[in-house]
Amino acid sequence: MGMFRLLLCLTLLAGSAAAQSPTYGVGRTPTEEEIRAWDISISPTGEELPPGRGTSEEGELIYRRQCAACHGVNGVGGSAPILVKREMEPDHPWDYGRILPIRAPFATVVWDYINRGMPLNREGTLTADEVYALTAYLLFMNDVIPQDIVLDAESLPKIEMPNRDAFARVPDWQPGMQRLPGYPY
Amino acid sequence: MGSKRPNRRGFLKGSAAVAGGLALGTAEPALGQLPNPEGFIKGTDDAVAYGERSRFVTSVRIAHPPDYRPSPDAFGLVFHVATPLQDSVGMITPSSLHFVGTTRGSFVPDIDPREHRLMLHGLVDRPLVFTMEDLKRLPSVTRPHFIECAGNRHRPQHKTVQESHGMTSCAEWTGVLLSTLLKEAGVKDAGKWIVAEGVEEVKGASSIPIEKAMDDCLVAYGMNGEAVRPQNGFPLRLLVPGFEGIFNSKYLRRIKVVDRYYMTYNDFGHLTRDPDVAALGYQIGPKSVITFPSAGQQLTDRGFYEISGLAWSGGGAIGRVEVSTDGGRRWMDAEIQGTAHRMAHTRFRFQWNWDGNETELLSRCTDEQGQVQPTRAQVAQFFNVPADPSFSVPGMDNSIQPWRIASDGSVHNGYV
Repeated sequence: MGMFRLLLCLTLLAGSAAAQSPTYGVGRTPTEEEIRAWDISISPTGEELPPGRGTSEEGELIYRRQCAACHGVNGVGGSAPILVKREMEPDHPWDYGRILPIRAPFATVVWDYINRGMPLNREGTLTADEVYALTAYLLFMNDVIPQDIVLDAESLPKIEMPNRDAFARVPDWQPGMQRLPGYPY
Repeated sequence: MGSKRPNRRGFLKGSAAVAGGLALGTAEPALGQLPNPEGFIKGTDDAVAYGERSRFVTSVRIAHPPDYRPSPDAFGLVFHVATPLQDSVGMITPSSLHFVGTTRGSFVPDIDPREHRLMLHGLVDRPLVFTMEDLKRLPSVTRPHFIECAGNRHRPQHKTVQESHGMTSCAEWTGVLLSTLLKEAGVKDAGKWIVAEGVEEVKGASSIPIEKAMDDCLVAYGMNGEAVRPQNGFPLRLLVPGFEGIFNSKYLRRIKVVDRYYMTYNDFGHLTRDPDVAALGYQIGPKSVITFPSAGQQLTDRGFYEISGLAWSGGGAIGRVEVSTDGGRRWMDAEIQGTAHRMAHTRFRFQWNWDGNETELLSRCTDEQGQVQPTRAQVAQFFNVPADPSFSVPGMDNSIQPWRIASDGSVHNGYV
């Protein structure tokens, strides 16, 4: 028991020595609630997704009220960017073009953009349920998911987007690095 | 004052004595007192309090792309404005003329700096919130840096250097190094990226490697000796020197340290399938352009002209600029003005006698890493495609811009 305590103390000491200590002591510590309220980042695996749920049928109704005026009744033909792929059979889903719900490599990107950026001038007014529902509707309209799936924090990150393996990773940047090693110019 | 030269006071006294002795009827102005045909303008309270330029100086920003719809449009879609580089002198862009890229038309967030906060959280030992006053207590740096929009690509239809290259600008930025803030919070070993978010619509938030964040990123509250302008991110913005414009989040309010590339909407917007194109669209390459003489300008007569232009690179300081006055057959070193700063516009000059014949002027630069600005044809060759008019330089377009001088002295876009 004594040995265990000693080990525990040593481990704690090592841990605190490794952590950098503040130099200036300027700034205050935010509360957990403050961080939660501000943090709208959503990773590709969706850890930060909030509770809530939605289906494409619910999403269709919300879409008509909140989105169709700009994006068109069926996601095409509006003044804002199109949201539904055109009738075509491309060699690769990439070739549908830059349409968010089919180009995005992760479904979390669709959820995140609706949540942070839409509807224009009324950002932040959609509930989490509404964002799940709209994401479900747009993914259904692009034949990514079936109509009856319920999207929530569990199911959304598991969706396999058609372009999930298509995008090129950016290089591992290091100070002093050339923009493209081997590029002759 | 040397004793051999009469001083000015003595000279004027002598003149007055002569004039006083001779003039009886005519009221000739005293020597050095030429009549001013323009007279004087009475200053307004505003102009006295915060200066304004001469009414004879009319250089302004224009919409980018040049044929774009006027602002504000109904949906707040992209409305950018480009810097009048053809009128620029030196290396600093005045704040009023700094290019603006936005997704929000002409609308800008109206932020009270007393209420503004910057939160730093995620994979850190101590999450922190800073007020603007807090940030101004911390050690600061002042550095000139350019910002260039990924859409800054020249086309045959562009009629001025403002249309072809005006989406780059260079200001002197003052603020706290992001590394200072990150060290204060203590980045955990798992923290490999940051996402930096602003207050406006899509809230910025590109994924930025932690190596870059710890290297030279700047959390800036100052721009050209005063507070950052609202169009440029007041009260606080991020500078990511040398990375394409969209990384430089304006209205900065939150930085999250994360463990992976977060694939935010900004990241999504730059997705490509080709890793070479992805790399060329990330850190900006060496790029230069002659601003005088440039398309739309007019040489009045044959004879001496100082060719002048700007060079910059995301890879560091500009090491060399060359100019060709014969369409690229011979290249000669241009003079670099003063010290070339890292990731900053660098002014270059070249003395030239125009013989009155049609010719083409070009510039190319080399940065401190030895990266050289390519021609369009060289880039096409690298990608193994023909350099026909449909070819668009992948990633950030840093290719050489030719200006054609016609025999009547008019200057035209040589990229046709």
